[in-house]
Amino acid sequence: MNSDSILEVRHLKQYFHVNKHLTIKAIDDVSFQIDKGEIFGLVGETGSGKSTTARTIMGIYPPADGEVYFKGQLISDKKIYHKNKKEIQRKMQFIFQDSAAALNPRMTVEKIIAEPLIINHIINEKEELKKKIDSLLVEVGLDTSYKSKYPSELSGGQRQRVAIARSIGMSPDLIIGDEPIASLDISIQAQIVTLFQKLQKKHGFTFLFIAHDLSIIRFISDKVGVMLKGKMMEMAPAKELFENPLHPYTKALLSAVPVPDPIYERNKKILTYDEESIQADGQMVEVTPGHFVYK
Amino acid sequence: MIMEPILQLKNLSISFDTANGEVEAVRDVNLSLQKGEILAIVGESGCGKTVLGQSVLKLLPKNSRIKEGQIIVDGEDITNYKEKKMRNLRGPALSMVFQDPMTTLNPTIPIGKQITESILKHNKVSREEAKKIAIEMLHLVGIDDPVYRISLQPHFFSGGMRQRCVLAIALASNPKILFADEPTTSLDVTVQAKILDLLLDIRDKTGISIVFISHDLGVVARIADRVAVMYAGKVVEIGTAEEVFYDPCHPYTWGLLSALPSNTTEGENLRSIQGMPPVMMDPPPGDAFAVRNEYALKIDYEEMPPMFQISPTHFTATWLLDERAPKVEVPLSLKRSISI
Repeated sequence: MNSDSILEVRHLKQYFHVNKHLTIKAIDDVSFQIDKGEIFGLVGETGSGKSTTARTIMGIYPPADGEVYFKGQLISDKKIYHKNKKEIQRKMQFIFQDSAAALNPRMTVEKIIAEPLIINHIINEKEELKKKIDSLLVEVGLDTSYKSKYPSELSGGQRQRVAIARSIGMSPDLIIGDEPIASLDISIQAQIVTLFQKLQKKHGFTFLFIAHDLSIIRFISDKVGVMLKGKMMEMAPAKELFENPLHPYTKALLSAVPVPDPIYERNKKILTYDEESIQADGQMVEVTPGHFVYK
Repeated sequence: MIMEPILQLKNLSISFDTANGEVEAVRDVNLSLQKGEILAIVGESGCGKTVLGQSVLKLLPKNSRIKEGQIIVDGEDITNYKEKKMRNLRGPALSMVFQDPMTTLNPTIPIGKQITESILKHNKVSREEAKKIAIEMLHLVGIDDPVYRISLQPHFFSGGMRQRCVLAIALASNPKILFADEPTTSLDVTVQAKILDLLLDIRDKTGISIVFISHDLGVVARIADRVAVMYAGKVVEIGTAEEVFYDPCHPYTWGLLSALPSNTTEGENLRSIQGMPPVMMDPPPGDAFAVRNEYALKIDYEEMPPMFQISPTHFTATWLLDERAPKVEVPLSLKRSISI
């Protein structure tokens, strides 16, 4: 295994048993690896299994099969996970789409950011804690007057900033963002994405960024994985994937992204991909170095 | 020949009375829509685009009121129409499609029945005939095997198909104007593309006029003939799609267009619009965008800019176009992406 790898997922499978006759294969043999300091973009349509992948990595449910390595530790193993639970939970942070649900409505911003710092005994001294909260707020672009506010008093973008401040406070090695900007306005989306980039440069954390918006993924990611029906269809460095997509599904997905250019849009032909034509027993094949396609 | 527009909004202002005071959601909006035209209304959340759409159908909550102005549908002034009269208009004249198909559809009633409901309400036809029309409608919106599917409940359908069913209901009574409020926002890109093409196709076949409300400029570029950009309850720029996308004149439109990742070249940072949209409880006296506008002039804080005409179809409200204002060029970065 590569020593630089922060997260490695090998042949991950996740099945949900709905009833006796129906089992949904939410993740069906997915493998990928994220190196230290990399931003990995995971795209796919509704129900493609991208959120389930994130949740399985996080340990919300144990995988049906396969392995998840976090900093070289096999965290999909129950024993290893429980032994290092505190450490793993601190070093792996999550940012959700719905910031209103992610923040306790009865806690002030100050308490929200302070809680994990206190629980994890990162800062025990009151004065120091105060300073830390102030500096975290400034880092995410809020001034300290927000400390006494409740989540309901904040806009969506501001709430997401608070959630980011709370995560950054743990000095994580990996941040998993599950559609963290999907519910924000365009101009606010740009603000939050810029903030992510700035913080990533400063702290050097690794970022698993999940989204359905390809133009944002293209912009922020170093490496991109495209999922469909629980399988990884194509994986490549961002530039390579967008300039030279090889899988017909990726091509169809890219052609469907609307571009703010009326004449181009009106004449554009949108490709289609028949989802039934996926091979059940295909494998990821490395076509050119770093560019994998499901065949 | 100048045709009479099918929908006209004249100096429309709408306010909400809340416990904390009056919220001015729509302020002095003038719009017109021609037959067979698709007009897109774009803006961020809270800019009043949804309120504007719902005000025409009189779907707003009780604490709202039309403060000023007129709504004219097909030559008829409906500004003061009461619920009873509105019921006759909803369906034959005006119809609406909302963002989330699952909340529009009744989960317990078969799709067919939900479509025939509106047909039976507005037309004197038998049940059998209504069913036939429903099947035709489902066929029109691209649902395969409608004869069988007509008896299925919404949960048998995927998100895209549900939205098609909602469209079928909206179109069943043969309306003159369709209001589509973010109809593709909850859908995946591939499905979204299909629904947009469907709307264009239906417009070509039936000559319906569409008011398309969206925040996604890419989607708007694909579908709109004309675009109105709204900010803080006002239309700040309006023109044909080409004019607004290739020759934007309002700093807010510049901001929206340059915030898009597709208008950013590699290695650059995304350009965001600093700050946040204003609270419409107590709007500033001047241009509401002034505080976020790097090109703001002194007068922007004091007096609201009038609509300046750029071409017969292109208007924008910014003091930058006043002859006394300093010359300001379109931001270089945006110019580059427009010219590509």
